[in-house]
Amino acid sequence: MANTTFRTCPDTGLKFNGATESLLKANAVAAVVFLLIGGFYGLLVGLTRWQAVHLLGAQDFYMVLTAHGLNVLIFWIIFFEIAILYFASSVLLGCRLATPKWAWAGFALMVIGAVMNNVVVMQGQSSVMMTSYAPMEAHPLFYLSLILFAVGALIGCFVFFGTLVVAKSEKTYEGSVPLVTFGAITAAIIAVFTIVSGAIILLPTFLWSVGLVGEIDALAYRLIWWAFGHSSQQINVAAHVSVWYAIAAILFGARPLSEKVSRTAFFMYILFLQIASAHHLLVDPGVSSNFKMFNTSYAMYLAVMASMVHGLTVPGSIEAAQRARGHRAGLFTWLRKAPWGNPVFSGMFISLVGFGFLGGITGVVMGAEQINLLVHNTLYVPGHFHATVVVGTTLTFMALTYWLVPVLFRREIILKGLAKWQPYLFGLGMSGVSLFLMGAGTLGVPRRHWDIGFAATGGVTHEFPAAAYTMLALNGMSVIVAVIGGAAFCVIIVGSLLFGKKLGDQKMDEQWIATPVTDEEYAADGGSAYAIPGTIVLAMIFFISFALYYFINWKYLAETWGIS
Amino acid sequence: MSSLSPPGKKLWWKEPIHRSELIWISLVFVWGLVMTFMMPYWHVVGKQNLGTETYKSTAEQFQASTEAFVEQYTVRTEGPRNFPVVAPPAGGDVYLISRLWDWWPILQLKKGETYRFHLSSLDWQHGFSLQPANINIQVVPGYEHVFNLTPTETGEYSVICNEYCGIGHHLMIGKIYVVD
Amino acid sequence: MQDPIEESEQIPMMQKLLDNPFLLLFIGVATPALLYLVWGLAEIFTIPVR
Ligand code: HEM
Ligand SMILES: [Cu+2]
Ligand SMILES: [Cu+2]
Repeated sequence: MANTTFRTCPDTGLKFNGATESLLKANAVAAVVFLLIGGFYGLLVGLTRWQAVHLLGAQDFYMVLTAHGLNVLIFWIIFFEIAILYFASSVLLGCRLATPKWAWAGFALMVIGAVMNNVVVMQGQSSVMMTSYAPMEAHPLFYLSLILFAVGALIGCFVFFGTLVVAKSEKTYEGSVPLVTFGAITAAIIAVFTIVSGAIILLPTFLWSVGLVGEIDALAYRLIWWAFGHSSQQINVAAHVSVWYAIAAILFGARPLSEKVSRTAFFMYILFLQIASAHHLLVDPGVSSNFKMFNTSYAMYLAVMASMVHGLTVPGSIEAAQRARGHRAGLFTWLRKAPWGNPVFSGMFISLVGFGFLGGITGVVMGAEQINLLVHNTLYVPGHFHATVVVGTTLTFMALTYWLVPVLFRREIILKGLAKWQPYLFGLGMSGVSLFLMGAGTLGVPRRHWDIGFAATGGVTHEFPAAAYTMLALNGMSVIVAVIGGAAFCVIIVGSLLFGKKLGDQKMDEQWIATPVTDEEYAADGGSAYAIPGTIVLAMIFFISFALYYFINWKYLAETWGIS
Repeated sequence: MSSLSPPGKKLWWKEPIHRSELIWISLVFVWGLVMTFMMPYWHVVGKQNLGTETYKSTAEQFQASTEAFVEQYTVRTEGPRNFPVVAPPAGGDVYLISRLWDWWPILQLKKGETYRFHLSSLDWQHGFSLQPANINIQVVPGYEHVFNLTPTETGEYSVICNEYCGIGHHLMIGKIYVVD
Repeated sequence: MQDPIEESEQIPMMQKLLDNPFLLLFIGVATPALLYLVWGLAEIFTIPVR
């Protein structure tokens, strides 16, 4: 049985179980395919919202926007996350994968669901956006396809938990699981809550669409749908933070500054990240302010605190490792000497900064109960989440992929020169998308809207300020840069799989995984490596930007109409 | 021992935390308390707190209430579809229907007066987006949302739909006039 | 060699909790289910009828 064969990677020393390896490959390839499809749709959407270009007609725009959201947010990310779960369990714990047959069944369901969904959406009867707010109705197969996909993903989560059990009972590791695995456990737990919520709402909606259930309450739909829609973003956060820790270890041999702090931060995620689903309901009728304030604040911002802790400890652990290895001079030598030409590092670091500064700050600010009045459903919202889920999650996963391809597929990365620039192109383009969408949003431009010029309303119009049109044009240009970056990624990865130099059992010339920094190295120079002054400076800059932006928005709020 | 392998120290929970981390944790914890405090604080001192008074209702009920309101206070009609412009008494109730794909009726309000707004949808979800004041409220069918609104500037305001509601979504625009 | 039972007793409570994925799974599903889903649905289902 393939299940018990292991291969030891000559470059990383990691032990790969045969079944795990095939599943990792399958999930990663599927992920990239859906990124390619969804990214192309993103281009069409961005060029349509650029009012001077206005590429697609209204009907196509709404259809393509629906497909964009689903392909990138759901299919690309979740396929990749399943791969991460298998990697963090079977590979990092050095054990066989539990029930590979089930894992393949889950994978098959996910593929069927994703393909079916694309076909249904492209037939045009289901342009309901990924949120598919009842009582707006899609084709029944639309809901069914999502249910199939979700069931497949849930199976993946249980295979992950099963693998943890296998590792423990077969004693393939000692003590506690690695931090990266712990982060993956966090992601998987959130995923279970996410998918169960999705089932609670999508099953009745499916039955309603085929006429077996009379009515879906629109408000209850929103509440439960967001337990699914929002929590799935929190899977992403937990997953990409784990990957940040993994990359810090891979490139620098870094260990967390403190296991206790990093794990407790993940524990705060497990407890409180998901309740912030309420920030989608801040301007809804029917739910009380107490419910809104408590849940949108992640229970007194404890989960935000956790993210800010990770935001410190990830670069902090890199700084400590770099200092321990001799880059001790000044505040930032450790950062300057980092491998900026290696896409694994540049992608990860751009992602860290973009996620924090662009995505994190704006998310918390617009998640304040009252401030949400200013931005709900404007382009500010997609602006925010392109910083979190694209600059954050997507770019992190891209960075990891550059490292995974040679390890898993034993092929060298092709087009190394392009690969060097890819994270910068994609990261900067996407940061532009994020900023300009947010800019348009603060000027009131609605999201998911085909024509803010109101050309077809028979003369009833609204004049958005000229700056709004400029923002949309700048967004369109950033979209082009980002899409070039995204396409470069797909070309490099697919090209490497097909044409990359075969590595076989040969070790590569480059060192592919850093030797872990030792206790002695950390302890040298009186343990000064742990002082991380550079990271503290960066963190303070972050904190000050955060606080300023937070209070500026309360000031904006104070200027609008009275409402109570 | 890196983040990819089990912790080197078996009893990692008992390891001391570095000063740099402790300082940061304390700072962000306090910041979290500040942000937690801001929301209830604004409920006390701020003028922008969306009320959550809500009733279950039906499309028929809400349409009937709105029609009665329009009947009583219409001052003129205007626009390509002769929509009524309704000027309710200062401080009174105001009804606004959202439906595929318009906001009905047009409202004329007085600056500085507080109105009791009733907002609901007759069909799908819509998004009440008052521009350029930039106030955005979700409109949910089956529920009548009641809140107070106080215009602070005179002028012509647009109500844009910012919740996707089908192929006519971008046609859905209404008006509110604020006069002295 | 230490007695394994004695050793496991030295492990602090919190570390034991964080080492137990299934307990975490339970907590991680129950907490948001109560704080968000149950609380929210309770409010929605008690909205008065006009
Ligand atoms: C490759 C380049 C991408 C471009 C050019 C792009 C561009 C855009 C634009 C312009 C919008 C439209 C906003 C609106 O009109 O409401 C949008 C929506 C969206 N994008 Fe992207 N995006 C890209 C990648 C991604 C990725 C990788 C993700 C997720 C991982 C993502 C997730 C979303 C989601 C969830 C929406 C909202 C869909 C909805 O409103 O239902 N995008 N994107
Ligand atoms: Cu609408
Ligand atoms: Cu609409």
